[in-house]
Amino acid sequence: MEELRELYQQVILDHNKAPRNFGKLEEATHKAAGDNPLCGDHVDLYVNVEDGVIKNIMFEGKGCAISKASASLMTEELKGKTVEEAREIFQKFHEMVTDEAVVPDMDEMGKLVALAGVREFPIRVKCASLAWHTFNEAMEQTNRIAKTE
Amino acid sequence: MSLTSKEEVMLDVDKIRKDFPILHQDMRGKALAFLDNAASSQKPQVVVDALEEYYKKYNTNIHRAVYKLSQQATDAYENSRKRVQTFLNAASDKEIIFLRGTTEAINLVAYSFGKKFVKEGDEIVVSAMEHHSNIVPWQMLCEDRGAVLRVVPINDDGELDMAAYADLLNERTKMVAMVHVSNSLGTINPVKEIIRLAHEKDIPVLLDGAQAVPHMPVDVQELDVDFFTFSGHKLFAPTGIGVLYGKQKWLEQMPPYQGGGDMIRSVTFEKTTYNDLPYKFEAGTPDIAGPIGLAAAIDYVLEIGYDAIASYEEELLAYATEVLSKVDGLRIIGTADQKASVISFDLEGVHPHDIGQFLDYDGIAVRTGHHCTQPVMDRFEVPATTRASLAFYNTKEEIDRLAESLAKIKGMFS
Repeated sequence: MEELRELYQQVILDHNKAPRNFGKLEEATHKAAGDNPLCGDHVDLYVNVEDGVIKNIMFEGKGCAISKASASLMTEELKGKTVEEAREIFQKFHEMVTDEAVVPDMDEMGKLVALAGVREFPIRVKCASLAWHTFNEAMEQTNRIAKTE
Repeated sequence: MSLTSKEEVMLDVDKIRKDFPILHQDMRGKALAFLDNAASSQKPQVVVDALEEYYKKYNTNIHRAVYKLSQQATDAYENSRKRVQTFLNAASDKEIIFLRGTTEAINLVAYSFGKKFVKEGDEIVVSAMEHHSNIVPWQMLCEDRGAVLRVVPINDDGELDMAAYADLLNERTKMVAMVHVSNSLGTINPVKEIIRLAHEKDIPVLLDGAQAVPHMPVDVQELDVDFFTFSGHKLFAPTGIGVLYGKQKWLEQMPPYQGGGDMIRSVTFEKTTYNDLPYKFEAGTPDIAGPIGLAAAIDYVLEIGYDAIASYEEELLAYATEVLSKVDGLRIIGTADQKASVISFDLEGVHPHDIGQFLDYDGIAVRTGHHCTQPVMDRFEVPATTRASLAFYNTKEEIDRLAESLAKIKGMFS
């Protein structure tokens, strides 16, 4: 079990138990829901974007420790960033959790590095990336609405 | 089955484990404890040997060529059908259809019986503990025909509400499709009573027997069941082979499910006449090795004997229930009076996926998720459960390891 403790290091256990930015954001400009049918993980994501900057971001849902911690860490990381920056971070995050050759950079990725261990467990990559895919979906959805206006 | 004394039905688990090569290996440095038998069970050497012999010595297509090898393969295939017939005590081997598995068998009945007998406004009755494979084919049929799916509720122990069931049956009910043993709760349903009540109103009954045959003998004539389905791979046989038993009177009236070779008598562009039972429902070259492996698995199970299997599994289930109940924060989901050796549980504060991952690191294989029974998860208000499903080759020592590992995980997440 020792190797696995690394994956579930304190950061993940902590964010699982006490997720940050957990709850509904009433004045959200963007929202989306994400599901992982394999394990029944579900996340509702609320984002408030002003002038291309993520002013606030919150989530609700249920899921495993990895998916919950990932959503919690994501909201912390993305708050205050521009949507463009967020997309770049997702790209790097995705590489980190899927490509073993990538050496995660603590300075660049911050606490998200805690999730680097999931690449050892391909089936858990979906858990770690659910919130991020949901974020992308949230951004897409309003873009569509924006087009019709 | 005749009752035998306790001494006679003792099962030698050490000897049995030797028959299963796969059990003797390490997983991540720990001895494998395989507790996911409801998903798919392991294969004894005799089954592997039967497949090997077929492929090495008499592999060829069946029902066609005149050469000796083809006759050998045809004989083995048809003898397997007879083996299944006696296994289920079917009246005729014409009532045994070889298919890919339980899912395909239910789809066949939903499609073919549905096409012939189900009309707008008719009703199909299923239960709240069905596997998705005994919900979705009926839902598709209902959508197609404008029929209605009615659901028998279950109580907090995971048992069928039989009064509600009786109330649901009416002159519009065209089929009762019910699980014999629940894969996620372990509940053994009172199938005789289910069938009796349905037959009082002339309603046929299909049983999803996938989780029943690994644990108990099934006599389709004694049950008087109209359709019975099971999968080989849960009965220590290969994947890809399953069985549909259907009463001849129904199968004869039902149209073919798929068209192709073997299911025809003659074909012209104007008109095709269909073959007799069971071939009418076996289009194309079937899985030939599968039935041969299945027959070997049936022989193996019957040699151990269902009496011995049942008493050993009952002991394992009682032990596991006791030991697991002592784990802090563990709640068993599915506490029916009549239960097979399947234990689903919730561990407070830890998602099943995390549990499964940690158990894997202790060499323990369990299933985590909704087990293809999302309505059951909704009923018990959990997103998923962890499930340990036991076979006759599992041991108390493996259950101890499971409980110890769960206690460690609980401590870590607290």
